[in-house]
Amino acid sequence: MGKTIMRAAAGLALAALTAYAGIADAQGKRETIRIGFVTFLSGPAAGPFGVPAKLAAEAIVEQLNAGRAPAPYDTKGFGGAPLELVVIDEAGGTTKQVSEFRNLVSRQNVDFVIGYISSGDCLAIAPVAEELKKITILFDCGTPRAFEEASYKYVFRTRPHATMDAVAAAKYLLELKPAIKTYGGINQNYAWGQDSWNDFDLAMKVLKPDATVTTSQMPKFGAGQYGAEISALLQSGSDVIHSSLWGGDLEALMMQSVPRGLFRKSQLILVAGEPYLHRLGANMPDGTIVGARGTHGVFAPESGLNAWLKTIYKAKADHDPNYPAYSVALAFLGLKSAFEKAKIEQLSKSIPMGANKGVKEEMEKAYNLGPSDEQVIAAFEGLSFDSPSGRATMSLGKGHQAVMGTAYGTTKLVNGKVTVTNIKRYPAEMVTPPDGVSSPEWIKGGMKPKK
Amino acid sequence: MNQFLAIVIDGVIYSSWLFIIAVGLTLIYGVMKILNVAHGSLYALGAYAATAFGGYWLAQGYPPMGSYGMLVLAAIFVGLVAGPLIERGLLRLVYGKEEVVLVLVTYAVFLILEDLTKLAFGVDPLSIPEPYGLLGSFEIGELMYPTYSLVLVLLSGFVAIALTLILGRTRQGKVLQAVIHDREMAAGVGINVSRVYLITFTVGVMLAALGGALTAPTISVQPGIAAEVIVLAFAVVVIGGLGSLGGAALGAVIVGMVRAWAVHKWPEVELFSVYAVMALVLIMRPKGLFAAPEARKI
Repeated sequence: MGKTIMRAAAGLALAALTAYAGIADAQGKRETIRIGFVTFLSGPAAGPFGVPAKLAAEAIVEQLNAGRAPAPYDTKGFGGAPLELVVIDEAGGTTKQVSEFRNLVSRQNVDFVIGYISSGDCLAIAPVAEELKKITILFDCGTPRAFEEASYKYVFRTRPHATMDAVAAAKYLLELKPAIKTYGGINQNYAWGQDSWNDFDLAMKVLKPDATVTTSQMPKFGAGQYGAEISALLQSGSDVIHSSLWGGDLEALMMQSVPRGLFRKSQLILVAGEPYLHRLGANMPDGTIVGARGTHGVFAPESGLNAWLKTIYKAKADHDPNYPAYSVALAFLGLKSAFEKAKIEQLSKSIPMGANKGVKEEMEKAYNLGPSDEQVIAAFEGLSFDSPSGRATMSLGKGHQAVMGTAYGTTKLVNGKVTVTNIKRYPAEMVTPPDGVSSPEWIKGGMKPKK
Repeated sequence: MNQFLAIVIDGVIYSSWLFIIAVGLTLIYGVMKILNVAHGSLYALGAYAATAFGGYWLAQGYPPMGSYGMLVLAAIFVGLVAGPLIERGLLRLVYGKEEVVLVLVTYAVFLILEDLTKLAFGVDPLSIPEPYGLLGSFEIGELMYPTYSLVLVLLSGFVAIALTLILGRTRQGKVLQAVIHDREMAAGVGINVSRVYLITFTVGVMLAALGGALTAPTISVQPGIAAEVIVLAFAVVVIGGLGSLGGAALGAVIVGMVRAWAVHKWPEVELFSVYAVMALVLIMRPKGLFAAPEARKI
């Protein structure tokens, strides 16, 4: 009964919101919501991550402004207010990014910031966002440290952190090949590569204690030449090779290692391999275990939202969206959900119970003011929302960090095209530590799901 | 196969690649006293041109072996277009100014070329993997190596010998050495220094582009490759001594061997090892191992 009343009230408020969106349109009172969008536009991360993210952001904003997104995101903009993007290049390092962030807030007067692919940038920006009291959504970086080592009020991350990538990779591997005895790795020598290898190694030590590490290669980010690393891996005789390489580094490794027969004896795991399936083609060995850092791309569930993202992205890029594009969708749709939930609550409160005078004026006033940052934050914390990748729930980091399930699969060449088969899905609680527990502690403790 | 042999083979292959990417940098510095920061961008331009030329050749269905010719042609094309354009259009205007001004000008060229490359080729990675696998592979012990790596080793040796012979045994080489030794004196005896500079810079650009073109089949060509390469090339030429051909070769061998040893024996220090060697050499010989003694001018 209580639920029915709540639903009716929410429905009424939504109807009022839609109706007043029309009034505001006609009266021209609505103000634009400016969103600072930070992504790599130059450097090695631009091609595989930064530019696809920008294309996705532009496509999504165009669709939202036109009210053409599928339900429940079919209201125009955010609660009727159109969106305007202020795009900034993420290249240049953390010091530059902190200056750019301050500039976005103080000079560009953005209402929200969505951004950051690099884990280093996320860790540097979060305290500054807190200091400047600007709601900031970290859309793609993976480091679990962002919310495990700090607590923020103004910072949110709408995609899961990277622990699940490593834990699910170990689980999938052992389901596929339980008899493995040795494993090695080749990962980039910076936060992402090191965390990825450490978490995978920890998970393997717990799940398969008798397996031993042969070698852990840590080439420099952007190294490009991997001859010696490939020889070392070949000589190690590893049953399994784990790699979180991405972008040009991954493509170079595959181009150089496949002709040398590295993966004829060793099972390859590519934690972030999914976006490169179509590019690598014959250089992607059959039977490679691949992930997409979540249920994105080929792992995304069939849904209207997924079909919508594919359609609008392909119109701009001429190919399917990769996982950064899905991460962008999570950020925009999560913020829209929080903003509109806050606005509905504000509108509901603006109608005094039993009042018969001044209702329209009060609602207009509430509508034009929009929800405050405090109201958006309150609505965002613990929020569940749908996305092209499935449903995300902001349940970690005191409601500021999203969790979702993930999936892994195995490649198979079919008619010259790389496909993914044997897909296994892992619910969030199986691959993500509960709130308040650090990733290493949780993995060492046996990765027990939260009861 | 024992690990020592693997380290030596990997070291030789990597050293050859390093020499190819660094030799143009040291040649330009040796003759013109310009630390060409744009060297990395010219390497990238060579790689991009190789994907365009080679890609076109293969797309037309011409014999795949011809793609090797396309890689070399791409490097020559970049050298002949970008070399004179930069030397005549920019560097000529600042000759005689302090070295730091020249460095800043080449840094500006680096930034401009980075953006021009993005404008021309976009930010999506490009590749031309065919030449890498076309020659097959050979085995040493239980390790398999692509024959392309062997070609790279031979070509690097050929470039080193050819440059040594040209500089030491030909009239043009002696003219070049005269300019290296004393530009003003060389001009005084009737050598057309301006022409020597133009040719040297064009050849330097061609060598940078050749490095990029030969690397293109082994990597994904994308924005950012220029910056990665210039740092390594500087390390190589600084160890050997700026401007010294033999120094560049020795620097490449030292860096290549140290890195291969680190990867096999102590992967955690691979990143650190190259720069540790550079620091060590510079502490003992601040001008590098093969720095030529400078004539004192009054």
